Amino acid sequence: MATLEIHDLRVSVEADNGSREILKGVDLTVKQGETHAIMGPNGSGKSTLAYSLAGHPKYTITGGTVTLDGEDVLEMSVDERARAGVFLAMQYPVEVPGVSVSNFLRTSATAIRGEAPKLRLWVKEVKEAMERLSMDPAFAERNVNEGFSGGEKKRHEILQLELLKPKIAILDETDSGLDVDALRIVSEGVNRVREAGEVGTLLITHYTRILRYIKPDFVHVFANGRIVESGGAELADQLEAEGYDKYVKGGATA
Amino acid sequence: MAEAQNSPILDSARLGAPPSAGSTTAGAIAVAAESTVATRMSAPPSFDVADFPVPHGREEEWRFTPLERLRGLHDGTAVANGTMKAQIDAPEGVTVESVDRGDERIGKAGTPVDRVAAQAFSSFAKATVVTVPKETVLAEPIRVALHGEGGTTFGHTVFDIKPFAEAIIVIDHTGDGVRAANVDILVGDGAKVTFVSVQDWDDTAVHTSQHNALVGRDASFKSVVVTFGGDLVRLHPRVRYAAPGGEAEMLGLYFTDASQHQEHRLLVTHDAPHCKSNVVYKGALQGEGAHAVWIGDVLIEKTAEGTDTYEMNRNLVLTDGARVDSVPNLEIETGEIVGAGHASATGRFDDEQLFYLQARGIPADEARRLVVRGFFAELVQQIGVPDIEERLIAKIEAELEASV
Repeated sequence: MATLEIHDLRVSVEADNGSREILKGVDLTVKQGETHAIMGPNGSGKSTLAYSLAGHPKYTITGGTVTLDGEDVLEMSVDERARAGVFLAMQYPVEVPGVSVSNFLRTSATAIRGEAPKLRLWVKEVKEAMERLSMDPAFAERNVNEGFSGGEKKRHEILQLELLKPKIAILDETDSGLDVDALRIVSEGVNRVREAGEVGTLLITHYTRILRYIKPDFVHVFANGRIVESGGAELADQLEAEGYDKYVKGGATA
Repeated sequence: MAEAQNSPILDSARLGAPPSAGSTTAGAIAVAAESTVATRMSAPPSFDVADFPVPHGREEEWRFTPLERLRGLHDGTAVANGTMKAQIDAPEGVTVESVDRGDERIGKAGTPVDRVAAQAFSSFAKATVVTVPKETVLAEPIRVALHGEGGTTFGHTVFDIKPFAEAIIVIDHTGDGVRAANVDILVGDGAKVTFVSVQDWDDTAVHTSQHNALVGRDASFKSVVVTFGGDLVRLHPRVRYAAPGGEAEMLGLYFTDASQHQEHRLLVTHDAPHCKSNVVYKGALQGEGAHAVWIGDVLIEKTAEGTDTYEMNRNLVLTDGARVDSVPNLEIETGEIVGAGHASATGRFDDEQLFYLQARGIPADEARRLVVRGFFAELVQQIGVPDIEERLIAKIEAELEASV
């Protein structure tokens, strides 16, 4: 059973006035089949956690460990992490000029699966996955994220999630910028992947709205670079009612 | 930093047809009584080099070109002292002649438009005329291999494709040297011609050339310009129509490396009714001092009713330190057209894109190849000359290998 273990993770970024610590000792264990919501105010370090786990070069790991089934994730390059089963659905997916969605998806699936998927099966697989996300087939011939609306970008991220079947899915503010319809479609996509029972999900969000569609097993409150409280789904209701005030008062907001 | 410079006049523009998807551009569409394509040149076209003042670099047609790297082609100091090994493989039925400058076929397709082209015209010793007879359909391409062995050479070649003939012409430039040459392509009525010019020079070569195509009634002409090598390459692919119903497709592909200057200045003059033109140029750049220039002029004259034209330039900047100047320009003197449009865009491949592709399991070197291959793929497929397509793909791979 796949398990992501984060222990005392400390991360800094380089700024003009020297390095600044953003993650200040994060402890979290995500097991296959579980869904963890990480909630917190803006600037608390949620996205830094997501990008650090994926290996973005902007972030420097200054302490702690991250392992996936005992393997040291922090030692891996970005693409090695992806091939090991870590998937990051990005808040701001990047435009890649000159690369069509279909070419990108196939290249990615080939890298992740270790061999090129059989063409006919693959075409069918992509077509069906796109239909489930209410995506126009013409989408496949567009360049990756180029000219995509906010909703299209997020659907495209979830399309990849469905096709690449990671062990650990990190969804960074996947709900941001979506209208209700798009939020529902995207959430249904995430739920299909969860229901297969093979993925551990780390759902990073500022708002409780998405949790009406995706029910977390655990909710963690993130403030000032660490998890300050953990609980069940009911913690989200409490946050909905009370906001983050009581968590940001104690420490300085980052 | 990479720079992308365009004349900031209009966004993606198209008249008489729906707008093109997802492109940003800068350029101009002018509806004017007087053509700025003509008036902004420092001198009218001429076969005589003396009719052009020596450029100082601030002229509209010279402002992107590093004159000091032209090795005297622009100021009269270049003398013919070099060797260009030429080999022409012509299929049966094709005639190849070496003629004097008095030959009436020379210069019929177009007149030199700048001092360097006029210098080439004034300086060549003998011209080569390659003729494909009427109604002859060639099964194999006409291949002209030019290998520079150092020094300065001048040349003039005429391809005379008679009515209803079909031919593919490939001129392949390799080696080192300073080369100024003009090429005339006479496309007879109803003829079909693909003209490919490959600039695969050593990185020290200098090459300037004006390609003049004169497209006959209901004829179709495809120009394919592929530029990889050279220290400085400056080409003028140009099309005019001799009669109604002609079609021209102008495809270009360049891969500009560190310190290379590659400049493509196109002009399509629609002076006959019911003609079509389609221009697609794509370039990738990498390395410090890589400089690509694309000037795309389309002129629709008052007589050219029913014109349908589109031109596009796309650039992909792979590293810092490269620079693109892309200037599309469309001038329309009649409103009675089917469509006219242009687009220009310059994109970057950067660390965030690399991260995104890597985060989907794709290793860094493969990510870079994916982007560049994808960028060129569609264009390469349109060339229609298999050995050129294969060589291009191999060349692109090699350029990418060198960069890693």
